[in-house]
Amino acid sequence: MDEVALRSLIPGVLGVLVRRGADFAAAEDAVQDALVEALRAWPADLPRDSLGWLVTVAWRRFLDVVRADAARRRREDLVDEEPPPGPVSAVDDTLRLYFLCAHPSLSPSSAVALTLRAVGGLTTRQIAQAYLVPEATMAQRISRAKRTVSGVRFDQPGDVATVLRVLYLVFNEGYSGDVDLAAEAIRLTRQLAAAIDHPEVAGLLALMLLHHARRAGRTAPDGSLVPLAEQDRSRWDTTLIAEGVGILQTALSRDRLGEFQAQAAIAALHADAPTAAETDWVQIVEWYDELVRLTGNPIARLNRAVGVGEADGPRAGLAALAVLDDTLPRYAAVAAYLHERDGDPDRAAALYAEAARRAASLAERDHLNRQAARLNSRRA
Amino acid sequence: MKYLLLKHYRGGPTPVTDMPMIDKWTPEEITAHVRYMQEFAARLQESGEYVDGQALAPEGTFVRYDGEGRPPVTDGPFAETKDLIAGWMVIDVDSYERAVELAGELSAAPGQGGKPIHEWLELRPFLTGPPTITE
Repeated sequence: MDEVALRSLIPGVLGVLVRRGADFAAAEDAVQDALVEALRAWPADLPRDSLGWLVTVAWRRFLDVVRADAARRRREDLVDEEPPPGPVSAVDDTLRLYFLCAHPSLSPSSAVALTLRAVGGLTTRQIAQAYLVPEATMAQRISRAKRTVSGVRFDQPGDVATVLRVLYLVFNEGYSGDVDLAAEAIRLTRQLAAAIDHPEVAGLLALMLLHHARRAGRTAPDGSLVPLAEQDRSRWDTTLIAEGVGILQTALSRDRLGEFQAQAAIAALHADAPTAAETDWVQIVEWYDELVRLTGNPIARLNRAVGVGEADGPRAGLAALAVLDDTLPRYAAVAAYLHERDGDPDRAAALYAEAARRAASLAERDHLNRQAARLNSRRA
Repeated sequence: MKYLLLKHYRGGPTPVTDMPMIDKWTPEEITAHVRYMQEFAARLQESGEYVDGQALAPEGTFVRYDGEGRPPVTDGPFAETKDLIAGWMVIDVDSYERAVELAGELSAAPGQGGKPIHEWLELRPFLTGPPTITE
């Protein structure tokens, strides 16, 4: 059993312990100990029932710890009441764990850290590396998060939207350190989709798969961004695209549209196009209309303006852009692109330069500066 | 998202207090000032928002390449117009608003007479935001 498969058992084990009355923080520590023990013992002797083995070891570990502390008597009452560990059905508990780790009382970064640790089974060091913060900082963030949710009743139904938001935050963080967070987010969303029947969970999973499928084409070997129209589509992962489209179609057929399904539909239309020129921009604009209707999100309106520019020409795109707030992130970049296509390279170059100054990431800034430089050197 | 808080020896907007240099304070005032900043950093460590922090000596030197086979040119440390960075702290917070709040708190470190020094702190976002997928 590899480490990822082993980690996929974590939420089930943790869920059982909390369900049996362990407080969340102590249970989480016990499960991490059981995980370490499994990594040591299993290569020599793989248990027949991995989940049952982990539950047994984690529960014993939890008891060892609580026996030693002042709450001994109360906990031992719990032990007497509980049935012995046996085969366990973990699906329901796993689901509650997702909700607990994405609880609205947590800040976004705390919810992300706690989800990766408690549901994903990552070590504190791995999470710290992925987010480029010291391990001590991440340890504090996680223990604060555990304290925050320790008073939350485990049987309260949670809000799927908060769980999805947390998973999408993990996905967007992408790649740094030795853990691929995008892949981790996909794994956790797959696991969630197996535990819950919800069209937006399917929508998010489809969206992640479709974005992830195109990752290899999105950057050049030197790390610079490659715009969609210039990407080598043979580098896209067609298996992932097919899976994403399949999941999306099943979700859409249930007629309960949500923002992730709409975003996935747009991603699917891009992924389906054999060449950039064959992209179905008319349908993409229709999906952006749905997305704007569902969320009212100004970024969705901005992206819609790009789609309108492709479907109906740059003038129409600029008209759609003109009604939006020009302080939106990437507004200048979109305006630059549309003015260039409208045959105004001077204005486009100035706007690309402005967009570069307002870029939030190094790769984006470098890309936008190259765009400005390309137009400026053409005139010289 | 990560932000850099820059403390300056010189540079930035005109100070709002005409507080004398730190060597004119009493030892107790200096101790209180230092303790405030240590406690500030400790609180951020506890909240999981601390990334890094260092103090810098005032002796900054500008250096530049001066051509093949020549030693780099240095500009002496005493040019009066230069901005001098006194130190930094890196924080990792959930919002710009939180970053401003923390910078304001750090700027309230006590100086002479135990009053806040109202020091100007420079707040700069890191360019490490993920290139969010927009296509």
